[in-house]
Amino acid sequence: MELPPKVKNILLLDSEGKRVAVKYYSDDWPTNSAQEAFEKSVFTKTQKTNARTEVEVTALENNIVVDSFDAVTLLLRSNVDKREALDNLDLIFLSFDEIIDGGIVLETDANVIAGKAGINSTDPNAPLSEQTISQALATAREHLTRSLMK
Amino acid sequence: MAQPLVKKDDDHDDELEYSPFMGIEKGAVLQEARVFNDPQVDPRRCSQVITKLLYLLNQGESFTKVEATEVFFSVTKLFQSKDTGLRRMVYLIIKELSPSSDEVIIVTSSLMKDMNSKIDMYRANAIRVLCRIIDGTLLTQIERYLKQAIVDKNPVVSSAALVSGLHLLKTNPEIVKRWSNEVQEGIQSRSALVQFHALALLHQIRQNDRLAVSKLVGSLTRGSVRSPLAQCLLIRYTSQVIRDMANHGQSGERPFYEFLESCLRHKAEMVILEAARAITELDGVTSRELTPAITVLQLFLSSPRPVLRFAAVRTLNKVAMTHPMAVTNCNIDMESLISDQNRSIATLAITTLLKTGNESSVERLMKQITNFMSDIADEFKIVVVEAIRSLCVKFPLKYRSLMTFLSNILREEGGFEYKRAIVDSIVTIIRDIPDAKESGLLHLCEFIEDCEFTYLSTQILHFLGIEGPNTSDPSKYIRYIYNRVHLENATVRAAAVSTLAKFGFMVESLKPRITVLLKRCIYDSDDEVRDRATLYLSVLGGDGTVDTDKESKDFLFGSLDVPLVNMETSLKNYEPSEEAFDINSVPKEVKSQPLAEKKAQGKKPTGLGAPPAAPTSGFDGYEKLLSSIPEFTAFGKLFKSSLPVELTEAETEYAVDVVKHIFDSHVVFQYNCTNTIPEQLLERVNVIVDASEAEEFSEVTSKALNSLPYDSPGQAFVVFEKPAGVPAIGKFSNTLTFVVKEVDPSTGEAEDDGVEDEYQLEDLEVVAGDYMVKVGVSNFRNAWDSLDEEDERVDEYGLGQRDSLGEAVKAVIDLLGMQTCEGTETIPLNARSHTCLLSGVYIGNVKVLVRAQFGMDSSKDIAMKLTVRAEDVSVAEAIHEIVASG
Repeated sequence: MELPPKVKNILLLDSEGKRVAVKYYSDDWPTNSAQEAFEKSVFTKTQKTNARTEVEVTALENNIVVDSFDAVTLLLRSNVDKREALDNLDLIFLSFDEIIDGGIVLETDANVIAGKAGINSTDPNAPLSEQTISQALATAREHLTRSLMK
Repeated sequence: MAQPLVKKDDDHDDELEYSPFMGIEKGAVLQEARVFNDPQVDPRRCSQVITKLLYLLNQGESFTKVEATEVFFSVTKLFQSKDTGLRRMVYLIIKELSPSSDEVIIVTSSLMKDMNSKIDMYRANAIRVLCRIIDGTLLTQIERYLKQAIVDKNPVVSSAALVSGLHLLKTNPEIVKRWSNEVQEGIQSRSALVQFHALALLHQIRQNDRLAVSKLVGSLTRGSVRSPLAQCLLIRYTSQVIRDMANHGQSGERPFYEFLESCLRHKAEMVILEAARAITELDGVTSRELTPAITVLQLFLSSPRPVLRFAAVRTLNKVAMTHPMAVTNCNIDMESLISDQNRSIATLAITTLLKTGNESSVERLMKQITNFMSDIADEFKIVVVEAIRSLCVKFPLKYRSLMTFLSNILREEGGFEYKRAIVDSIVTIIRDIPDAKESGLLHLCEFIEDCEFTYLSTQILHFLGIEGPNTSDPSKYIRYIYNRVHLENATVRAAAVSTLAKFGFMVESLKPRITVLLKRCIYDSDDEVRDRATLYLSVLGGDGTVDTDKESKDFLFGSLDVPLVNMETSLKNYEPSEEAFDINSVPKEVKSQPLAEKKAQGKKPTGLGAPPAAPTSGFDGYEKLLSSIPEFTAFGKLFKSSLPVELTEAETEYAVDVVKHIFDSHVVFQYNCTNTIPEQLLERVNVIVDASEAEEFSEVTSKALNSLPYDSPGQAFVVFEKPAGVPAIGKFSNTLTFVVKEVDPSTGEAEDDGVEDEYQLEDLEVVAGDYMVKVGVSNFRNAWDSLDEEDERVDEYGLGQRDSLGEAVKAVIDLLGMQTCEGTETIPLNARSHTCLLSGVYIGNVKVLVRAQFGMDSSKDIAMKLTVRAEDVSVAEAIHEIVASG
């Protein structure tokens, strides 16, 4: 039976492969050590690829790994380094929450995600403006590949 | 945050200094969390503490039940703050803490208030949080609001409700199903994501109603879906409907194909890819249907976006497994991908090319792969090596360039698994292609000159000892082998000594020189090496220890004809006494192994990893066992041995299974008996067979088992004659007869007097499948096309009701006893149709190929269309008879 496409996890690792922020949506990695082992294998496999400018993709066992920096880059004003990421960890957690809900893709547009996560207290309603279809089209591509993971 | 950091401009070396979470500790953060209880909430401070809590959880730290409850209760106090940023963090931490049902009560009213807030962001998030933590009874209370939310004018709120519905469907399906009308409205939404989420939910709600899904697909394919994501879903659902309809025997024009084809012209790339993939996965897709899909995939191969190239090459790689010819048009684009920066893409391209390439392109391909091998990981290299091995078997004429390639990569750096894959491939090629033997052996010799893996060195030395002496110039290998005696560890030295001895024995002219070399080895520092050298010298010298050439030959080349396990047990039981250990007392039958062990064995690689040493089960083992019994040698060549069939229940006093050995005009039943009672010794164990229901068979002879001690398996044989070359069938009833002698467990001695007894065994049948040998073909399509279409026999069968398609497929495979090809034995879960490809050789050495198409309808009735091609049309008809009578 066709289930809705599901994302298994979303990882943000630093330049040494250490965990900055991660979120798992499937039971494939039940323990923390299993998760860390998986992160390590993803890191070794992908460290040579450069996803800064273009979405990259890697096949890992039966999973497909998609590298993308879009939303994070927008959040951190194009300044993705570990310090910046940790200083804004709250925003990163929020953006994870806006991208995926329990494994189901919630939002695909990097601008909308960054907008919703980067919300500040004085302007509660502004970032929730309705996204346009063309925006969604622009960044939906990488999520296609995510959806291939099933 | 906790430690305000001064940003240093000059150095980035001191990474630790930069982390705002350095030295963070659970206890301290939990202390800090008390700030939530302050009467005056400081939103900034509280947000920071929540971030720290989330950070701890995220790093794998866990809170105890008490800690989590405490944090949860204080967090709920933060609802009094109007700060939206803080509220977002509160939502997050509640979801992470996953409170228990009695705790949930505390926040439900706050969340329900937020659910009806004027602020969209509150509404959307409160729905998601609430749906994550509540149970069924609470759900009924808020159901009304959720239905409203689905049709909310704000798409974010609407999506939040729909996605929550998808999650809730797993736990409370009956409630969510009541929302169909609202969800249906969502499909018409102007927002792309709402449309996507609504379609996913509506389909999930209706998934068990085939007709409803078909209607949904039917109406939507007429074009009201704007969201590309939703369109992708629709394509998947359409494929499902197509499969269902095919299973219900609706023939003629394939429904919805036009829709899929039109999606190939969609403006969103993801839709194009999804449609192309759906078309390539259609059951029994024709080349006319495939062509447009292949064409768009080919265009994506040269896309600047890695994701698109990857998706396209991955799909084409799969198509190449079943329809290699359809993909050949893409070969040029595919070849340019070999140098793709993305290694996943490059590897998929190569393995595709190795499948689709024709004989003339092999050399060019090898040249390109050589450049690419040096910078990919071992696991990819193994994939390539394995593809090359099968290519070599497919195009034996090209062995030279393939062998050169393998020997080149053998010299490069690499791990054990990779090296073993290469060595295995070379060994396979040497075995399959006689012309490749000499060069292959030399490559292996060069490899062991500088090989760091003891296992591979010893295996290669063993292989050299068997193959080397039969070459045109055996002397050239001696140097490589003798070098091992100087340079390697004791294990390898011992293996080298054995190999030298084999050369010395087989090649008369080398004998004197080998004797000199072996004499040097008797001063080795390792006793195993010395022992072997001394032993072999005595064999070669013919100093009377062994009498004949035959005995020496058996000694050097014969494999141990008893299973190692049994040998080990017997040796352990042997107590030093006047009487020497007699190897003939070791039982030859392998005890049925526990399942786990069997599985582990199944994984053993072919090639070197599967040495021909001493199996007494498996075809070679049976052949050897039977030929060791003089009465059976006149029967000719063994055609087939069946798997053991159990004739007793598990856990009975005597365990008996039977193996059916088929010869041209004889059938030998091998009864493997085990006595499971420690207090008994069985003697004169025989099986009385009643063949009154097997008219074409007549008993010729039987061979009883003299003695069957406790837990030490033995075999009895009964032989039947049958008309030559005829697949005669019949049913046999069996009775085990024997003499029981009591054994005193303390001394192990049996009493002199025994009692005759018998034991009823289950019946045994010889079926048509016993006359079929599983022989695979490397390319089913080619093999199929090579057989005359005139001789094809087609028929349809109703297989009745079955639990699953897999069960029916397995029954047919078992009935025919044929080899499944191209992975068609695996059936996707819940599949409603399946095509299984089978190949085999029928008695009389007639090649047979079968294409069995299965379909299942809603009442689980299974129909099968069976197409058979054979070298002899009468055999094709015989196969149908087997199925018809099975």
